[in-house]
Amino acid sequence: MSGGRAPLAEGVGARLPRKEDDRLMRGRGEYVGDIRIVGMQDVAFVRSPLAHARIRAIHVPEDCRGRVFTAADLDGVKPIRAVSGLPGFKVSEQPPLAVDKVRQVGELLAICVAPTRAEAEDLAARVTLDLEELPALHDMLAAREPGAALVHEHWGDNVYLETNVNIGIEAAFDAPIKVSRTISTGRQCMAPIEGRGAVIHLDHRLDQLVVHTASQMPHIVRTGLSECLGLEQGRVRIVSPDVGGGFGYKAILLAEEVCLGWLALRCGHPVRWLEDRREHLTANANCREHHYDITVYAERDGTIRGVDCEATVDSGAYSAYPFSACLEAAQVASILPGPYDFPAYRCRTWSVATNKCPILPYRGVARTGVCFALELALDAVAAEAGLTPEAVRLKNLVRPERMPFDNITNKHFDSGDYPEALIRAVAEIDAAGVRARQAAGEADGRRIGLGLSIYCEQAAHGTSVYSGWGIPMVPGHEQAAARLTPDGGLELRIGAHSHGQGLETTLAQVAHEVLGVPVARTRLVHGDTALTPYSTGSWGSRVMVMAGGAVATACAELAERARLIGAHLLQADPSDVRFEAGRVVGPAGDVGLPEIARVWYLRPQDLPADVNPGGLEVTAGYKPQRDSGTFSYAAHAVVLAVDSQLGEVEILDYVIVEDGGVLVNPMVVDGQIFGGLAQGIGTALLEEMPFDEAGQPLASTLADYLLPGACEVPAPRVDHMETPSPYTRFGVKGIGEGGAIAPPAAIVNAINDALRPLNAQVLRSPATPRRIVEAVLAARGAPAMTRDAA
Amino acid sequence: MKPARFALERPRDLAAALALLAQAKGAAKVMAGGQSLGPMLNLRLAEPELIVDVSGVAELRHAGRDGDAVVYGACVTHADIEDGRAPDVGPNVMARVASGIAYRAVRNRGTLGGSLAHADPAADWLSSLSALGAEVEVAGPAGRRRLALPAFVTGALSTALEADEILVAVRVPVMNPSSRFGYVKHCRKVGEFAHAIGAVLIDPETATGRAVFGAVEAPPVVVEDARVLFGGRIPPGFADDFDVAAADDTLARAGMTDAVDRHIHVEVLRRAALQAHALSGSPLRPDVRSAA
Repeated sequence: MSGGRAPLAEGVGARLPRKEDDRLMRGRGEYVGDIRIVGMQDVAFVRSPLAHARIRAIHVPEDCRGRVFTAADLDGVKPIRAVSGLPGFKVSEQPPLAVDKVRQVGELLAICVAPTRAEAEDLAARVTLDLEELPALHDMLAAREPGAALVHEHWGDNVYLETNVNIGIEAAFDAPIKVSRTISTGRQCMAPIEGRGAVIHLDHRLDQLVVHTASQMPHIVRTGLSECLGLEQGRVRIVSPDVGGGFGYKAILLAEEVCLGWLALRCGHPVRWLEDRREHLTANANCREHHYDITVYAERDGTIRGVDCEATVDSGAYSAYPFSACLEAAQVASILPGPYDFPAYRCRTWSVATNKCPILPYRGVARTGVCFALELALDAVAAEAGLTPEAVRLKNLVRPERMPFDNITNKHFDSGDYPEALIRAVAEIDAAGVRARQAAGEADGRRIGLGLSIYCEQAAHGTSVYSGWGIPMVPGHEQAAARLTPDGGLELRIGAHSHGQGLETTLAQVAHEVLGVPVARTRLVHGDTALTPYSTGSWGSRVMVMAGGAVATACAELAERARLIGAHLLQADPSDVRFEAGRVVGPAGDVGLPEIARVWYLRPQDLPADVNPGGLEVTAGYKPQRDSGTFSYAAHAVVLAVDSQLGEVEILDYVIVEDGGVLVNPMVVDGQIFGGLAQGIGTALLEEMPFDEAGQPLASTLADYLLPGACEVPAPRVDHMETPSPYTRFGVKGIGEGGAIAPPAAIVNAINDALRPLNAQVLRSPATPRRIVEAVLAARGAPAMTRDAA
Repeated sequence: MKPARFALERPRDLAAALALLAQAKGAAKVMAGGQSLGPMLNLRLAEPELIVDVSGVAELRHAGRDGDAVVYGACVTHADIEDGRAPDVGPNVMARVASGIAYRAVRNRGTLGGSLAHADPAADWLSSLSALGAEVEVAGPAGRRRLALPAFVTGALSTALEADEILVAVRVPVMNPSSRFGYVKHCRKVGEFAHAIGAVLIDPETATGRAVFGAVEAPPVVVEDARVLFGGRIPPGFADDFDVAAADDTLARAGMTDAVDRHIHVEVLRRAALQAHALSGSPLRPDVRSAA
């Protein structure tokens, strides 16, 4: 804890139950779908049934005029443009309603507005489309080939961005071990329980368009929406109420929001659109489809000599705002080395346009894919070298004595002991015992596998990182406002958003650590551009570092102002009084914050003449000492049983040793890890959005797009290490995404460990029963692999 | 995902229900538990003008012994069977199948008759009741008729029901005390529709049996004389003799072209046979284990 003091019961480090759970668990949350405004009408969209087609005509029946609108009606509305400043980036313009061409199934073609959603869908069913089908690009590798059909004709090819980095890879070519693998991850749909949705109305008094929308980044949406609608930003207010899960899906500006904003201005009455699950799955929520050709060069003792990779990411039809279409592929090159220290590296990446939904940021952005690729390749190295997976990793993980450490791609690791995390995980999972069990065989004939993975998660990376990227959003100082109420309560305001992270509790704990106000007397205001300081929002595992630092800074200034008022009330010299746990303590007595607040607000005649006129309300800004990000990390170890005949997988044990720096609330961190693990299991085993040759998404309901349920998610055993970050307030690090990064690699490594005696391996996620059976059947009669490490 | 406009009727007796169907002249759809029809309405895959909700028809909720069969009214729910409110045809036979259908919330509302009338190839009752030799009873303007399940189900999501008919009951023969029922399904997660189902009803005493490959994207493949799957006979230790090649050949001849699919379906049926075998009390050869 800070300053070596005993931890406060409600301060940093306390395992407090979440305050927000009282309303959320009782079903009293207020979501976009709960908002009712008099005169509100519902919207349904006509969406493209084809992946790629020229629009010849959209026929709106005469009696639907004024209730159905197409691109021709959207005068003055600009397309969504999410540009990257990286050299060579090709710009896509996404019109809110399609113009000339549709480039993905589900693309918006017309807005239908009616008193109810059902009636709006009736209208939509009456609109007829005259589309000329074009060849659909459903395969990113084919889309890269010369002569492929073009998603955006004026580009000349289908590549948003190509990057190339080579750091002396040639020096690794003479390594005795060279392992090459083609590894890929399925396309997914991130799936918060609450979909997207917006309720928009005009506030005539304030001359504002008031947009209730489920968003992780209300201030960014305000900027993007204002630009598309051609409105002064002051004329747009974004309110993001309770949000039922974000995971990146709510960190984008939607074409639907632009359409609704235009419609509210056009019609003058409130309008609402609530995304249904089919829209969510087939038209909007794509993420994570990566393809890697990766080669690892190594010594016989497992020392990595170099990593050579070509990575392709299917970025879909448009560049999503604000993170852009090169969000994943451009990051792959810089983060693929993970927590390993090796001397030679080459990585070439392509962000490819296809006729699919735009790729969106999903928890663990790009890291889940690179962790999967590198960790699977390292297990192949281990098998080739006849070493255990942990031996190869320990040989190459960055050593704690090298911290802070700049890796081969200039990522600055702030602190940590990666080998220790792995050693603990291997011990906790009882690797030796598991291997003995493997050798003995199972009574039921299943095969046991042990899998490891380890990753690092750069979090809260700021100005210096994002300014080079040139996307529409660069985080700067994060601000928070803190105000004491006349009865001594505390109000905090932040521009980021809490939608599962527990910030209403954890930021109150931060404030309590500094100011001593009980957590129960602290209220967090967030999610409303009218009420909060500007922020780029909740993304990149940044809020505890950034908003936490800002809250602490604001509270420290409040404490100092209170101290000076308190000294006056105690009739003591300011140099003789100190602020401690919510009280100002002098040589002969003390006075609490409630009394100080009462005097400031209600008895100003009792204040010192030189009192700070800013009073008991402070807005403060914060950046860590270095803004290159905190590095949290974890080692995951899993034991599972594979039924090699049916491809069924049962997770038997799961261990996570994580280091998120100083934990503000370990219970909340546990929750983040459990939730991330559930999503990681989905990535590893279940979730996939397949497309057919025509670019049709094939999983249009949750009966086809399989999410893990309670029966599929084991209770993991979690061990926390706490290596403080030297750069942040309290030494905290961001941990929001990490739980979802490592599970696919650990689980598929374990499956391959189980299948190794059969010479079978799976190199694609999700490792479905069919893929496992295919691998087993393909290995029958195939020549034995180079070495059987089992 | 909101349904198109429809009218809803909740008749109190079968005659009223049939009259409504007759008047609707094909524009009506019968709803029992609504667990499949509800989503189809929301997705506008079905847009009937009239829905006749028969869940309030008391006679369709009755279940009881009738000679050598148990007769289940079409609106008996999966939960009624799971919980034992409806009689079983053998020791924990129908109840076990019921307990594995989707989730409890679905089982509380979903019905036996609704499931069969929907005829989803991946559903549990279609395959399990085919193995158990069930018949359905159908009522229409011309009276009642009975059909064996293979005759009733004419394709995926398609049955021999006429637009003015209602499936009113399912007759399932009571199992011989010496018979054993094996039922295994292969799902990617708990509660999901099956990707492969294997069901066997085998009587080692009479050396007879029936086997079913289910969830084949078409009506189940019913092997009326299961001896072909066990080397031409059904000995006491029948599972030891399960003939993988014969099973694979059966599926290939039924039109399943994908070798991986056939492998999985054959393995699932083999395990159903193993399960029935284990229930019969005969020891298994040590090399015949559930997963190789």
